[in-house]
Order: sequence, then C-alpha cells, then structure tokens
Amino acid sequence: MSTAIEFRDLSFATPRGRLLLDHVEFAVEEGTTTAVLGRSGSGKTTLLRTVNRLIEPTGGEVLLHGKNVRQPDLIALRRGIGYAIQETGLFPHFTVERNVGLVLEAEGRSREERARRSRELLEAVGLDPGTFATRYPHQLSGGQRQRVGLARALAAEPSVLLMDEPFGALDPLTRSEMQDMLRGLLSRMKITVLLVTHDLDEALYLAHRIVLLREGNVVSERSPEEFMRSDQPEVTAYIRAFHRGENSTAHSADAEQSAS
Amino acid sequence: MSDFLSRYGAEILTLTYEHLWLTAAAMLFATTVSVPAGVWLSRSPLWANPVIGVANILQTIPSLAMFGFLLPLPWLGERAARIAILALTAYALLPIVRNTYVGIRGIDPSVVEVAHAVGLTGAQRLWKVELPLAAPFILAGLRTATVTCIGIATIAAAVGAGGLGELIFRGVASMDNRLVLAGAIPAALLALIADGALGLLERRFRIAGP
Repeated sequence: MSTAIEFRDLSFATPRGRLLLDHVEFAVEEGTTTAVLGRSGSGKTTLLRTVNRLIEPTGGEVLLHGKNVRQPDLIALRRGIGYAIQETGLFPHFTVERNVGLVLEAEGRSREERARRSRELLEAVGLDPGTFATRYPHQLSGGQRQRVGLARALAAEPSVLLMDEPFGALDPLTRSEMQDMLRGLLSRMKITVLLVTHDLDEALYLAHRIVLLREGNVVSERSPEEFMRSDQPEVTAYIRAFHRGENSTAHSADAEQSAS
Repeated sequence: MSDFLSRYGAEILTLTYEHLWLTAAAMLFATTVSVPAGVWLSRSPLWANPVIGVANILQTIPSLAMFGFLLPLPWLGERAARIAILALTAYALLPIVRNTYVGIRGIDPSVVEVAHAVGLTGAQRLWKVELPLAAPFILAGLRTATVTCIGIATIAAAVGAGGLGELIFRGVASMDNRLVLAGAIPAALLALIADGALGLLERRFRIAGP
C-alpha cells in the first residue's frame, strides 16, 4: 500500500506567533480513513487545511501521493481534493444539482455530464434526485444539506476527501444515519479520507487509524483497537472525558429505578 | 390649468428628458467606476476606510456649494451639462462603492471558503459567487445613488446645465409657485419611479433566506 497524505515536520504559527501545529508528523495510507481527534483549538482544522492549502504551513511540508502540495498548480490541486465542512458552504443561489456539479462546472464540463453526475451522486448519498435536484439549499434540512455537501465533495472523483466535523451540527439520530451512509459509501470507494472530529464514537466507527492532537502535537497515532486499549495518559483522559458526556444521564436513570 | 399646460407642457417634457439624461449619464459613469472599486476594496480591505472616507467627504459637500464652486470655470457655458454630470457622478460614488464592498465582505465565510476549496479561479469566484450574492446590496446602492442624483440634478440648473431645476429656479425668481411645482412634481415622480423600479429589480435578485 502506498502513502496518500504525509505530514513531514509540519508546523504552523499565526502571525502573532501562536504555534497551532508543532512539528506534526504522520502518514495516511491510500484508501484508508484517518480520524483526527482533539479538543477545540488543538489544531485539527488547521492541519486539515494545510492539505488543500487553505493554510500555508510556516514549517515542514505536506506530501500528496509523494508530491509536495506546493508543486501542482493551486487550482488543480484543490479540484483533485474533496472538501466537506460542518457549515456545508453550499451556494445559496445555486440549486442542489448545480451545487453538486460545482467542480465539474468550474472545469468546464458539459451540462449533460454535470447533470448526470449530480444525479448519480445524489442517489449515492441517499437523496432522490427527482425530489431534490431542483431545490435550493434553504429548502433542505441540516442532514440533507450535509448529504449535498458530501455529494459535491465527491463529484470530481477526488483521490482524497477532507472532512471537517461534517456531522457536528446534526442531532444524534441524523448523525448516526449519516455515519452509516458515509461508512457504506466509503467501503464501496477507493478514497483516502482525513476526518476531523471530536466525536470518539464517530472516529471508532469510521476510521482505520486515529490521530490524537493536543496543542498542535500528535500525542497518539494508533488503530482504533490500540487506541481504546492504550494506557497513555492523554488517550485515557480523552476517552474518559468523552464517556462522561455520554453517561451524564446515569443519575436520572438511577432515580427512575429507585422510584419504581 | 390647461392653459398652463399648453404653455409649458412641451418645455416640461424637454426638461424632464434633459433631467433623465443628466442622471443616467452620471449613474453610468459612477457605476463603471464604483462597482470595480468596491470589488477591489473587498480584496484589499486596508484601503476600504480611506477610499470610502473620501467618497463620504464628496457626499457631504452641499450640492448648491458644489455647483457654486464650478461656476467660475470659464468654459462653463458650452459644457455645463458635462460639468453637472461630473458633479452628480461624485455624489453617486459613495453608495455604490460602499454597498459593493459591504455586499461582498458580507458573504457567508463558509461559502467563500468552499469557493476557494473547490478550486474556483478568481474570475469564477467573482462572477459565480461574489457578484450574484452581493447583487441585492449593489442594486440597493444603485437605487440610493439614482434617487439622490435625481434630486441633486435639479440644482444643476444653477450652472445652466438644464433639467427640471430650470423651472424651479425660474419659479422662485418670478415668485410663481405653479412654475416651481411644474419642476418639482415631475422630478419627484422621476425619483419615485426610479426607486420603485430598482426596488423591484433588487427583490428579484434577493435569495430567500434559510
């Protein structure tokens, strides 16, 4: 297996000198999904954005299929990378179909090809093209918007997909539906995914590797099984904190039991 | 009344036409300068305050004074209309520059981020994303500028540039209120029509919110 994305001694400092990424070093194998975990401000999003050069690192380099991301033309680089974010960034004045075909439109592909591909992708993300293709983003629910955002990210058949908290703003039920859909979709495609999240369950469910960031440092890089078995203090602290959030209803459950 | 109209009707029509022409020419120049200037400022926001400041100062010059400054120019007689158009253009700059700038800067940051991330070129971003999404703002600026210009164009008669102001100035000088109204009412109607038409256009470009 070859390496799709490689971070080499990557650092990023803000103009005011705050170090957001501190000599980050790890690699993502082709066709696998790597989840980047960490609390807010740990540098997850910054790391993700160095891949499609929305952020230029101040030190080190990012390699995409063995080539520094600075080598290809910026526009070509970005068109070859899928990008899905929590806010979706759908164009409010474009229909769903046009939003999905955006990259193809930018590349000047024919109208028929764009329409065909848009409809294919809408089906792949679980939206009926007949119902949704002609709608506008404001006529969709949050989950539907995320599906459209994902379809857009996949439209140009990118080799790499970057996802930044794609399901972070969704209710738990919709979120798990989306995670099922994404898992099914990824298993059928040969695509490398870098998924930024703070949801441990999401990382365990979707990823082959889990990277834990803390204050711009990679503190752990393991498979999900190893991650859960690790006794490294930073890892156990994250797992414990995450599960405390989940078990916060324990008291009310106890109360109900004692009442009956 | 019909007496008055049969005497002045033709003149009112001619002066209305002149008035429209002065305003339209000024708006054409102002738009040609201001929309690109607003786009440029949205890319170089450091310049936004100084540039909008200058346009602001132009805007605050009382119109009678502005035309008064122009009076001593020796070649005024022949070219009064051109000078009036220049002055009107100066007044129209601010609302258009400011609204173009604000309209583009106000686009949802995640939309701008995605426009970059999917690899749109600079021109594609401008034509497919920024201008369409800023269009309601830009049109609102055009609307304000047009209504302002129609009003100020009545002062252009002070330098002999014609327009409906002629009737107003003549009416004031001869203390004939009918003449003042013959200038003022068509000018007001022009402003209302322009406001309504541009308002309709603006609404057409507005995108339904979430």
